Amino acid sequence: MNEDKKGNLQRVLENGGFAVTAECGPPRGANAEVIIEKGKLLKGCVDAVNVTDNQTAIVRMSSMAACVHLEKMGLEPILQMVTRDRNRIALQSDIMGAWSLGIKNMLCLSGDHQAFGSQPDALNVFDIDSMHLLRMVKTMRDEGKDMSGFELNGAPQMFIGAAANPFADPFEFRVIRLAKKIEAGAQYIQTQCIYNLPRFKEWLKMAHEEGLTEKAYILGGVTPLKSARMAKYMAANVAGMDIPDEVIRRMEGVPREKAAAEGIKICLETIAELRNAKGVSGVHIMAIENEGKVGEIVESAGLIPRPEAA
Amino acid sequence: MIVAEQKPLAEIKASVAQYDKLLILGCGTCVKTCFAGGEDEVAVLASALRLAFKKDGKKIEIEELTVERQCEDEFIQEAAAAIARNNAVLSLACGAGVQDIASRFAEAPVIPGVNTTFIGILEKPGLFVEECSGCGDCKLATYGGVCPVTRCAKKLFNGPCGGSQNGKCEVDPETDCAWQLIIDRLKALGQMDNIRHYIEPNDWRPSGAGGPRKLSREDLVV
Repeated sequence: MNEDKKGNLQRVLENGGFAVTAECGPPRGANAEVIIEKGKLLKGCVDAVNVTDNQTAIVRMSSMAACVHLEKMGLEPILQMVTRDRNRIALQSDIMGAWSLGIKNMLCLSGDHQAFGSQPDALNVFDIDSMHLLRMVKTMRDEGKDMSGFELNGAPQMFIGAAANPFADPFEFRVIRLAKKIEAGAQYIQTQCIYNLPRFKEWLKMAHEEGLTEKAYILGGVTPLKSARMAKYMAANVAGMDIPDEVIRRMEGVPREKAAAEGIKICLETIAELRNAKGVSGVHIMAIENEGKVGEIVESAGLIPRPEAA
Repeated sequence: MIVAEQKPLAEIKASVAQYDKLLILGCGTCVKTCFAGGEDEVAVLASALRLAFKKDGKKIEIEELTVERQCEDEFIQEAAAAIARNNAVLSLACGAGVQDIASRFAEAPVIPGVNTTFIGILEKPGLFVEECSGCGDCKLATYGGVCPVTRCAKKLFNGPCGGSQNGKCEVDPETDCAWQLIIDRLKALGQMDNIRHYIEPNDWRPSGAGGPRKLSREDLVV
């Protein structure tokens, strides 16, 4: 298994293409059809699919199982892995298992705090943080060793990703943190949803000046807004989300039945800006429970066809 | 100090209802300082329980006593006679005190009257905040005197998560983001290099992950 070590996403990025990834949330249940239906919507539109790991701390089908369903359909999965629920022993075990099942990409995260989820009475783990997880995956791959230094019989050759939020505070530490993530092992970065382009560009400029855009591929995150209500809700309630007033006003300025189309228009404008921005290597589309729109966005952005998977 | 909070009266009442001779045993150190289990709280709780049981028509004798510390044998022995003449002990000490009493008086049922919450400080009158987890390997020198193990909801060792906004924690907008505090302090101290590079994963053995901890001091053995 997994003899051809480089995955599709890595190849697209290394060939200098503008990569497209999308997010795909597993179901709150054991019904594989849900993930298969989402996979059908995304097939042919993206280079790889992020499969979330109990996002917003709501219990769902495991990311790894959902990744395998997608991989069987010919989609390339990105295994999201958070340090909230598993200690270093479980994480290393799952990384090896994931590679053995044909998963070639990972996104290493700390994870949403369980206080936001459906089971806030749970105990969290946080044995290690996302920085440590990145280093762990890199060491397993490059040195073929686990965290104890034990030589592995088969090293998982993951393409390693991390998240960055240019909109969180303290702003001046955001680029230092990005540098630390790249130093720890991140080869590509997916950002938080971009609505505040000036702030994103300021962060990007700082990253570029530090030489970081040469060391890792930056994929800008976008989420199409469905309504003014959604924009206001996200601005007020989603931690680390920066939606400027003018974006909210723009969504309010169109009739309700045209709001979703306006949201997609904003999204396309952002993608166009990202394609022109020096140091951006792709876009990550987070159409939350709205995967059907991804194809339309990618096509309207002129990003179809996607490069053939070799 | 160890901060504790008295349990609700209804819970305490239910947990002691089966006894007719009860000793309420206060502790004169940490829990006194945080107004949960010193002699004043013992007196108030005793009156409240007497009244509550009287309303129910139940007869109960309640004795009050406070010792300096329930975690040291020297002081615990001052309560030995009172413990012997009652059916049960309602201890207002922290969990360590409750267990120390239980281990020394095999015959006496010991019931906790407070919830032991954390190691913290009195930030201002009426507000106690957690500052230390007793993790056994203090890293405050690296982090400018602000503990990420205790004060970051995700125990992050390498910088703030994406939820830090306007200096506040995403988990509770009333709580300062520990990482904002760390960065502000290190900047003021000119020590930002402390956190600029990768910081290794923690060894949790000293924190209790290796089982109950013991501290042996040969120099104090008599």
